[in-house]
Amino acid sequence: MSALRAGPPAVSVEPVHRGPIGLLVSRAGTMCLVELQKLRHDRTELVTRAIQPALWLIVFGETFTRLHAIPTGDVPYIDYLAPGIIAQSALFIAIFYGIQIIWERDAGVLAKLLVTPTPRISLVAGKAFAAGVRALVQALVVLVLAAVLGVGLTANPLRLLGMCLVVILGSGFFCCLSITIAGIVLSRDRLMGIGQAITMPLFFGSNALYPVDLMPAWLVVVNHVNPLGYEVDALRGLLIGTPADLVLDIGVLVVAAAVMISVAAALLGRLVR
Amino acid sequence: MGDDLAVRCTGLRHAFGDTVAVDDVDLSIERGSVVGLLGPNGAGKTTTIRMITTLLPAPPGAVAVFGVDVARQKLAVRRLIGYVPQSLSADGALSGRENVALFARLFDVPRKVRRTAVDEALESVGLTGVADRTAATYSGGMIRRLELAQALVSSPRLLVLDEPTIGLDPIARASVWERIGDVRAATGMTVLVTTHYMDEADQQCDRVMLMHRGRIRSEGTPAELKAGAGDDATLEDVFRLATGDDLGTDTGEGIRNVRAARRTARRLG
Repeated sequence: MSALRAGPPAVSVEPVHRGPIGLLVSRAGTMCLVELQKLRHDRTELVTRAIQPALWLIVFGETFTRLHAIPTGDVPYIDYLAPGIIAQSALFIAIFYGIQIIWERDAGVLAKLLVTPTPRISLVAGKAFAAGVRALVQALVVLVLAAVLGVGLTANPLRLLGMCLVVILGSGFFCCLSITIAGIVLSRDRLMGIGQAITMPLFFGSNALYPVDLMPAWLVVVNHVNPLGYEVDALRGLLIGTPADLVLDIGVLVVAAAVMISVAAALLGRLVR
Repeated sequence: MGDDLAVRCTGLRHAFGDTVAVDDVDLSIERGSVVGLLGPNGAGKTTTIRMITTLLPAPPGAVAVFGVDVARQKLAVRRLIGYVPQSLSADGALSGRENVALFARLFDVPRKVRRTAVDEALESVGLTGVADRTAATYSGGMIRRLELAQALVSSPRLLVLDEPTIGLDPIARASVWERIGDVRAATGMTVLVTTHYMDEADQQCDRVMLMHRGRIRSEGTPAELKAGAGDDATLEDVFRLATGDDLGTDTGEGIRNVRAARRTARRLG
């Protein structure tokens, strides 16, 4: 290979042949690596994105723990709140991935990615997992913060692994929801508006801040069709040991993420036409 | 479809709504040649190469790359192509090396040769010394060379460049063409380039195809085309003769700036 200095890789590089699953795994790994490389170059995002969850935990969590305004049984309110804030933090990261896709469209990056031997579904799945990894890094920051505030978190490695899985699935779903909206509205400004319009309803329409038992009937229905509700339920069960139907929660998240990856992949072509 | 051509298009057509961007284009590109697709903005050049590169749908049998049907075997075609889009598209948040390594992974360059392939691609475009700086610190010309490295790291058989020198200063333009020339000399790769700079096409391309309002109006070697247009003729003169139009005149009728207008419309919502 070194003989041809004037040219590019002169050997004809024989590519690794992969099946559909191999491609999916390879592309997801590649996209995750890119996210981690970007974080390594610019760690300020980790700090700036930690401010909002920190405020929720320190101000809202501490205050409502003292007020005992939200009954959470034997569990201190701040312990109850921490998994909800992890889910919220992941949601806020993932829901704006559609803006990144539109930026990539405008900059020509998306076209370039689509001319690689990558099926669109693998590309979207890769983005979804990358969003999950980015959210996971943020979740670890929130976990450390929660531990400092005295939240009684599990130290069970299997449960922590389960938390990682749930955060990745939830973020993957919301990332693909965002890419789907991007594929429909095609404009960054519209997506910004829609992203802001749906984020808080998704958050407040879930059990992130208060138990389902306290919700009015209509909000219970919203929580049941809101994947964030299942994410929070699973995180709470895994991290602080509250009763949770983990099979149902993870099952819903897997199906929701798979469906949304398919829908987003189907709409991806609209962005480059 | 098995033939000796790098690219064969037959009756290629694409419309955006009522606007026909590419209209019944027949096109053949010989292996190992550098072919320029020339024309003003909105001539249909970019739409044509987006169909060749699988970005826009093409009907079965209409486009073949090295004998592989673009409509039926998209992934196989993409493995043959290195593509540099019109806008500067490297990721500024990644280093030069990471930008190239990303495409090495996406093209499934085996792990054991990946590092060498990335290093050589960077060296071939003269970016070894700055490979670990983030691309955000690069000049426009350096980013364009980085994109060349991204396109070349998988050793494509067809290099497709969409307006590779647009927006660059003369020194950067010369540098980009020098690298393309090096690549071709070293690998014998086929190069398809769109440009509206007639002087560049004249100097750099083996053959040129003059495109206007979605159709190819004239094609041949630059020397042949100029000879046919009279003494001391330039490619610009050839274009005027072939189209009865001036390059600087807006063609109107919706074809000019099709993509730019659509993008602006999207941005404005």
